[in-house]
Amino acid sequence: MQRSVVITGLGAVTPFGVGAHALWEGLLRAESRLAPIERFDASGFPCRLAAETRDFHAKDHVPKSYRKAVKVMARDIELAVGAALDATRDAAVRTRGVLDSPDEPTTYPAARMGCHIGAGLIAAEADELARALATARDERGAFDPAAWGDGAMNNLQPLWLLKYLPNMLACHVTIIHDTRGPSNTITCAEASGALSIGESMRVIQRNDADLCFTGGAESKINVMGLLRMDLAGRLAHTGDETDGANVLRPYDPDAPGGLLGEGAGILIIEAEETANTRGATPYARLAGFGAGAAPITGDLPRRAQGLVNAIERALDDAGATPDDVDAVVPLACGAPGVDELEAHALRATLGTRLKDLPLITITPNIGNAMAGVGALQACAAALALKHQTVPARIHRGATPADLRAGPEAQRDARLRSVLVCTPALGGQNAALLLRAMDQ
Amino acid sequence: MSANANNTDARRVVITGMGWVTPLGVDIDETWARLIKGESGVGPVTRFNAASFSTNFAAQSPDVRIEDELPRPEAHAHAGLNTRFALVAAMRAWKQAGLGDPDRAEINRNRFGMYLGSGEGALDHDNFFATSLASWNSETGASDPVAWARAAYKHMDARREIEQEPNMCLAHICEAFGAAGPAYNCMTACAASTQAIGEATEVLRRGDADMMFAGGAHSMIHPLGMTGFIRLTAMSSRSDEPHTAARPFDATRDGFVMGEGAGMLLLETLEHARARGATPLAEIAGYGSSADAFRITDIQPEGVGAQAAMREALHEAGIDPERPDAQGRPPVQYISAHGTGTKENDSIETKAVKAVFAQQAPRIPFSSVKSMIGHLIQAAGAVELITCVQAIRTGVAPPTMNLHHPDSACDLDYVPNAARDMRAAGGVDVCLSNSFGFGGQNDTIIVKRFAD
Repeated sequence: MQRSVVITGLGAVTPFGVGAHALWEGLLRAESRLAPIERFDASGFPCRLAAETRDFHAKDHVPKSYRKAVKVMARDIELAVGAALDATRDAAVRTRGVLDSPDEPTTYPAARMGCHIGAGLIAAEADELARALATARDERGAFDPAAWGDGAMNNLQPLWLLKYLPNMLACHVTIIHDTRGPSNTITCAEASGALSIGESMRVIQRNDADLCFTGGAESKINVMGLLRMDLAGRLAHTGDETDGANVLRPYDPDAPGGLLGEGAGILIIEAEETANTRGATPYARLAGFGAGAAPITGDLPRRAQGLVNAIERALDDAGATPDDVDAVVPLACGAPGVDELEAHALRATLGTRLKDLPLITITPNIGNAMAGVGALQACAAALALKHQTVPARIHRGATPADLRAGPEAQRDARLRSVLVCTPALGGQNAALLLRAMDQ
Repeated sequence: MSANANNTDARRVVITGMGWVTPLGVDIDETWARLIKGESGVGPVTRFNAASFSTNFAAQSPDVRIEDELPRPEAHAHAGLNTRFALVAAMRAWKQAGLGDPDRAEINRNRFGMYLGSGEGALDHDNFFATSLASWNSETGASDPVAWARAAYKHMDARREIEQEPNMCLAHICEAFGAAGPAYNCMTACAASTQAIGEATEVLRRGDADMMFAGGAHSMIHPLGMTGFIRLTAMSSRSDEPHTAARPFDATRDGFVMGEGAGMLLLETLEHARARGATPLAEIAGYGSSADAFRITDIQPEGVGAQAAMREALHEAGIDPERPDAQGRPPVQYISAHGTGTKENDSIETKAVKAVFAQQAPRIPFSSVKSMIGHLIQAAGAVELITCVQAIRTGVAPPTMNLHHPDSACDLDYVPNAARDMRAAGGVDVCLSNSFGFGGQNDTIIVKRFAD
């Protein structure tokens, strides 16, 4: 008999602040945090809007004894450790990260806890690197590799590399919370979060852990991230527009493109039996997971096949049919090529049911947090199931008729299962099916 | 998972194809022969001007040509070096598995997945450095983002930037082989490709796919890659004698030597392999994964995490590490060490192996091929698992080269300086391969001779 897996804690650091409930309130208000970038002067970039997570200070979100380590944390890592602590508190689970004394007992032994946090490629901070590189210039002002090797590189802090390794998101979380079971760092762009949640679910199902920290985090709101995502054709060129919700218009074929967000979503998931034993109150059941790949070139059905496979597999894994699905939380990133692929896959898998399903789109509110987005989608799905509510949807574009359901908030919606799906830049795709606890 | 639970053909996972790109070559048998002879793939760095770097040597792999190996090479014209390594290794594995032309193979693509532990591509260093310097404002002591953007849009190439993303090996392999099943890439530092093979095995056991590419590819032989490890003081700086600089388990070891390359396995459920008449090369018998949860820089001093990973893998394989096997041989007949050549790794790995195997530990040949090909970082585990399969196939354990000065903290049988022919002693049927990563990632795989 396969172990059932439940979601017992939600942690989020998003443009709405710290906490999945802050995210939920923001979605209910149909508020968009997409706005002109303030962190740095983005006027040199064609895309100048994003949803920034402001006023987040990592040192306030790590145990006191761990504050020193913040100086070796890139922003992606900071977001992840913040969300992990938030999730731990939300789940009311006792780990080393929330207990004051090493003598207090934890809920689970360290070896029975795993940690899977999806991540992106972390760009080195421009100031930090440029400052060091500037000490290795030849007489023309160009980079001089001889000078660099000959001592200039020592202007980088010794642990510089570790600040940017993608596995450091999970590693810091395993150290803070003392989890010693399986731990992984999946790096498949937007699909990283849902793939990580799926892997955690499988780890618990196969009895290699009872609890996992799972999700993803990323910030590409920096010069390198903004450049790369623009060169990849994912971002809108925003001109003088300052209202991001006018720009990021999911499924509108004439939309100018996507916009970045930044954040972390970390879920605590547990085996239902051990969650019951400790008296946890789950949000929802993690009922199904599927993944699939597709080439990034070729015609639409070819490019969409990976997401079709992921959704079909997630439904099958949960023993569900399209008729069991009552809402969808898609990626809806606003880049027409990706949205078209996603719409194709939703039509191919959900058929005529699609037109009746409310879509819960979070990117018009908080942008695309890349490796963080899938877990934030999952947070939204879990909260929708718990509150039996579909938040209002921001959509200002020309949405196709079958993707239009649910623009208004629906309180007391009857939600049995919610589908989460994420196609990634690069052709990886993942889908999750979350089910209400009373189903 | 309990030992041997539900050991049906659908849950047994076999290796039917292997490919690699290593500093000692691309062909499996030729490279293996060089490893058995104890050759070194280490030499001066030629990929960039590293002359003044405190470590200016590495184990570079041959720069493979996609057009000689794969159909439709134009689809990979912009692939980075790591991706080219991955594609060639994958194609070799595919061929060995008897799958023929990738465009015509009659397999269910929806049940064919990928789990890689590939690293990021190399930065476009020249243009990136030029951009960084153009942005530097010495008066404000900061990088000016407007100047950065201006320079970046002038210098940087879209394709070259996108190809650095860590999921691009997946994208290219998907394009070349049409895999539409589950696709993952993990980056758990030096443990990544071992973890990828372990998790791919779990995907197959679970029934989420019938066939998977598993492995990894990586090159950090570039200015910032070398810089990062030099700053961590993790690499050997024996620039006067690069060929003998990689000295795992030797008392004079002073760090690892950087390598690069790829290792790729074609894994299948036994059921699927049988149905298509494929010949299993070996079977994945066990996988264990753990986190140290200790420090981002240091390994837990007793190797508790490494022990946990090994024990889990052994348990899954149904092997009691403290007892000889039925033929009186040690419970595993070869261990491929993580064996990086850093002070800390080698002594702690030794301690962990002794803790797990107790009185059997000194009996087990336990060597590090990193002494010859360097440390392939994320690709290391996959390449080293292939050496385990080769040890099973040939009955020979590869040596740890450059091991001349005994270290009292490293007192096991490292197969010093010469390969060992094990055939007279009953051959090699079960091997264990360890990979450990920065941040406390520990992964172990056990591979065994395939028997019906």
